[in-house]
Amino acid sequence: MEEEKRHIVGLDKNTLIWIDLLILTFVTISVAQFNFRSVTVIIALLIASTKSYLVITNFMHLKFESRMLKLMVGIAGVIFILILIALFLDYSAR
Amino acid sequence: MEIEPSNHVHLTEHRDDEGQRMGMWIFLFTEVILFGGLFLVYAVYRNMHPVDFHEGSIKLNVVIGAINTIILLTSSYFVAMAVSSMQKGKVKQARTLLLLTILCAIIFLVNKFFEWQTKFHHGLFPGMEEFYKLSHGESLFFILYFFMTGLHGVHVIVGAVFIGFILRYIKKGKVNPVRYTLLENSGLYWHLVDIIWIFLFPLFYLII
Repeated sequence: MEEEKRHIVGLDKNTLIWIDLLILTFVTISVAQFNFRSVTVIIALLIASTKSYLVITNFMHLKFESRMLKLMVGIAGVIFILILIALFLDYSAR
Repeated sequence: MEIEPSNHVHLTEHRDDEGQRMGMWIFLFTEVILFGGLFLVYAVYRNMHPVDFHEGSIKLNVVIGAINTIILLTSSYFVAMAVSSMQKGKVKQARTLLLLTILCAIIFLVNKFFEWQTKFHHGLFPGMEEFYKLSHGESLFFILYFFMTGLHGVHVIVGAVFIGFILRYIKKGKVNPVRYTLLENSGLYWHLVDIIWIFLFPLFYLII
């Protein structure tokens, strides 16, 4: 069977992502010192989502996978988030 | 002329590296659903008892949480580099990086152990005397805290064992610079464990 050509992520790129993740961790702790009321949770979740996006695309190499796999992860992710939001709204509206 | 079957094994071998990775991704979806349900329970109860959840969060040690976050992020970085090293043919470097990852997992668990021990000492574990003196919302907070970080801790152990097996396979030559999908899959699992912690940390330790 023929070998598929794989992209190799360099040391510099991996290090850059790692530094970004550490900076975002610092930001999420710093922001939590201030009370922006209900927006605080949303900020924390946005930062966590950004960190996850960096990990998924770079460390998990989704960036370099086939369109098929990207679509699969993307669709599953969107449906998952929509279901969580829908169920949460249902409960909190009771 | 005699035909030696062993010489032909590598020619007829069927490999589908992408299919293997896809299988791992599908498994990871089920893990996300498992934790997703718990995050939903968390969201609903936090919405019902915002003040109690804040009171509970104050009792957690942000410094240990932050240190553990940095440890897990760094271990993810090590695994990502191990895959790159393997692709480049630097097998020894890949092994060292995987060993460092397991070391990070152990440090994480030791921190978690001391953190939990302090909570036990204060009697905050469900079933202990102090636990029943907590308000309803705060007791829910600690039930979720112990269950979710505990389940995550189990995943850390499983991930470390998985990587331990990969180290063995590398030694045996089953995982090598030509065939390294197993290494990539153990990496995918480890990154998922990292991502779950990325959400657990702000939601438990940083509640205002």
